[in-house]
Amino acid sequence: MSKELSGNYWINKAAKIGSNRAFRNQQIFLEKPELTTDEFLVALYREIGMEYPKWFKMDRLSKLGMLAAELALGMPGGNLADPFGSAVVLANRHSSLDTDRKFVEQLKEIPSPAVFVYTLPNIVTGEISIRHGFKGEQAFFIDDLCPVEFMVNYVQTLFDEGNTHTCLFGWVDILGEQYNATLYSVSGVQEDSVHSIPFTSKNVYQYFDHEQGAVS
Amino acid sequence: MNREQLVEELKQQIIEQLNLQVQPADIVASDPLFNEGLGLDSIDALELIVLMQQKYRIKLANAEDGPKIFQSVDTMADFILANQTPQAG
Repeated sequence: MSKELSGNYWINKAAKIGSNRAFRNQQIFLEKPELTTDEFLVALYREIGMEYPKWFKMDRLSKLGMLAAELALGMPGGNLADPFGSAVVLANRHSSLDTDRKFVEQLKEIPSPAVFVYTLPNIVTGEISIRHGFKGEQAFFIDDLCPVEFMVNYVQTLFDEGNTHTCLFGWVDILGEQYNATLYSVSGVQEDSVHSIPFTSKNVYQYFDHEQGAVS
Repeated sequence: MNREQLVEELKQQIIEQLNLQVQPADIVASDPLFNEGLGLDSIDALELIVLMQQKYRIKLANAEDGPKIFQSVDTMADFILANQTPQAG
């Protein structure tokens, strides 16, 4: 059963990447329809100005999640105020299948250890946590469709338990040329009186489903 | 292939195998590959072992020799030259 939330928590920032377009909150950040997926991810990395060489060694799921996290959270600003109260909760449909296929292909010869270490979907939560200094709860769920109600309840429960104060949560999925990352930065503080919106399933759905990444 | 050519080839191979965002000219052959040098990690070390096996057909007989062999591009080149089986002509 879903909980109707009281609005005590706020979606302060959001990011959406899909079909060679990237949005930060409701603003288009980059659009390059002429590129392949891999080319677009690199173009987005350059546009964000990440300067994180390890990104190039990651699998595509982690690359996508890292870019969405960077758009939703901004660049890490040094010491995080509350690392143990900062959680990452993600979900997707295709697990690490994109990388698993690459690894199976390599088994014909000598497989790459650097590919093998990414044959789990939750590695992306670790990569984001390392980059942004999150040391709180980490979870990764797999479902056919984004389980919005379930995830909102899960994050709300984390907040209610009292140890989590901010959470990056959402959907990060990639298989071949199909990909979609939609991430939300949620906390108990309304950071922006105009752009922060109540953390409710309805608002999460709206941003997730809207082609332009807009929330009415 | 002489030693100088091998060193240059190794720099290019390392960049490609490890997805490094540097140019061959940025790598000093005598500089450490790990820690303060190129900053490689343990997964990169495994990739270098794969590179050695795949490209140069050399298997490391003793894993404990790894730190010495992979200390720098220079030490890798020396190891390859000392252990590579001549190609059948």
